[in-house]
Amino acid sequence: MSQATGYNFAYLDEQTKRMIRRAILKAIAIPGYQTPFASREMPMPYGWGTGGVQVTAAILGPDDVLKVIDQGSDDTTNAVSIRKFFEKTAGVATTTRTAEATIIQTRHRIPETSLGAHQVLVYQVPIPEPLRFLEPRETETRKMHALAEYGLMHVKLYEDIARHGHIATTYAYPVKVAGRYLMDPSPTPKFDNPKMHRSPALQLFGAGREKRIYAVPPYTEVVSLDFDDHPFEINRFDRPCALCGAGDVYLDEVILDDGGRRMFVCSDTDYCEARRAEGHRGEMSGQAPAIGAAP
Amino acid sequence: MIAPEQPLLAVEGLSRYYGARVGCRDVSFELYPGEVLAVVGESGSGKSTLLSLLSAQLEPSAGSVSYRMRDGVMRNVTELNEAERRLLMRTDWGFIRQDPAEGLRMGVSAGANVGERLMGVGARHYGAIRGEALSWLDRVEIDADRIDDLPRTFSGGMRQRLQFARNLVTHPRLIFMDEPTGGLDVSVQARLLDLLRGLVFDLDLSVVIVTHDLAVARIISHRIMVMRHGQVIETGLTDQVLDDPSEPYTQLLVSSVLQV
Repeated sequence: MSQATGYNFAYLDEQTKRMIRRAILKAIAIPGYQTPFASREMPMPYGWGTGGVQVTAAILGPDDVLKVIDQGSDDTTNAVSIRKFFEKTAGVATTTRTAEATIIQTRHRIPETSLGAHQVLVYQVPIPEPLRFLEPRETETRKMHALAEYGLMHVKLYEDIARHGHIATTYAYPVKVAGRYLMDPSPTPKFDNPKMHRSPALQLFGAGREKRIYAVPPYTEVVSLDFDDHPFEINRFDRPCALCGAGDVYLDEVILDDGGRRMFVCSDTDYCEARRAEGHRGEMSGQAPAIGAAP
Repeated sequence: MIAPEQPLLAVEGLSRYYGARVGCRDVSFELYPGEVLAVVGESGSGKSTLLSLLSAQLEPSAGSVSYRMRDGVMRNVTELNEAERRLLMRTDWGFIRQDPAEGLRMGVSAGANVGERLMGVGARHYGAIRGEALSWLDRVEIDADRIDDLPRTFSGGMRQRLQFARNLVTHPRLIFMDEPTGGLDVSVQARLLDLLRGLVFDLDLSVVIVTHDLAVARIISHRIMVMRHGQVIETGLTDQVLDDPSEPYTQLLVSSVLQV
């Protein structure tokens, strides 16, 4: 696809990209540390991925293949509009296939297909500070990071167990990166936390409104916090995907009618499609009513 | 009486100026293990400034505060780096504030409030932390079934007792108290002071307590320091100073207390 005229490649001007790249390099050098950067206004509202878009714009090259997902899905509004944005302003190739992409911008999921060393995962982050809801003062949380005083995070997990009998935090589950910095993995389900550990792909996190970039370099230790007698556990589902039959993936619940019928399907649409193309079948595959059919 | 050991806290020529104004001037004293020192005086006399200086929350303009660390070495607390100072503050020291809402985390349960310091020094076993919290709640006379309740559902007296538990859980040796009974009614005050006296004795705590209430000083402290205009004007054994004050200002202070 050809590039729109009147824009610099990938929308941002070169000086801005250099500024963001410097922040990214610093973030990679100090894994998990929230590097401040001069976040720009983007042609989208805060909360729609302005941080992720800036990081992507700064690292995008003409030969890159871009994939954008929103909650694991390639075809939701946020994913479609960001993909079109870069098709228009950078003219790069886009894809929905995880394996073919070199840069994957994501909101709240890590693809089920394992990533490789040639790939970069860019996260959109709403609130980068994992301690924020416990300690509202930025001066104090910075000090806590500087001195590695992370006892407070366990107070949160303690509260979970005291109230619910188990650690009830299911997303934005805090992790410790490279044995040093406490990090919010953005609101991904905790199901995805183990995928961050020693991942061969570079992981970059951009928070536009909060003006912070942080990173997990390839093959870095990422450990989810827990208690000795309440170890970290990922979410489990009691049934496989209704369309492709996959049993070890993160599932979305889809309400089918107002009579209480529901189905559970892969949240990662590309993974689900690929499996169906390989011939895997779930209990409800092939049952979808034709578009426009009477209920 | 046991022969006096080496002092736990030694203060020399401690002064703090706010511009041209005096916060406190040339305060010197020593505090021994197990000793309770009351600092009294009217509001504005420099009591709170002194407490902030002692607990290293404020930089002194002149003078020094030395503290005997657990390894027995005397260190100047103003020369500790921030990490050491904060560690001291949440392990070997305690700070009881007048308003429990400032000293507690009002958004998390009583158990988590007590457990926070333990988790801060690396405790990672939920059952053990909870067990410790339960035993401390029991010691400060809070029912075990309140462990998962938020402090905002507690009465003023209970909050203050919870603040004690939260501070004492790491077995500190020195506690600073800023008007711990302020704003409580008289019967609750009496019960709190009773509890406090028991804890101080059982745990062999050293305490610096700031109060404007001479009755509190009388009940709980061994020694007393009277401050006025930022300076210490009289010091001595509590009973001696209160029964036979030598300074005119102290005489005024003692005679101002209403007799029932």
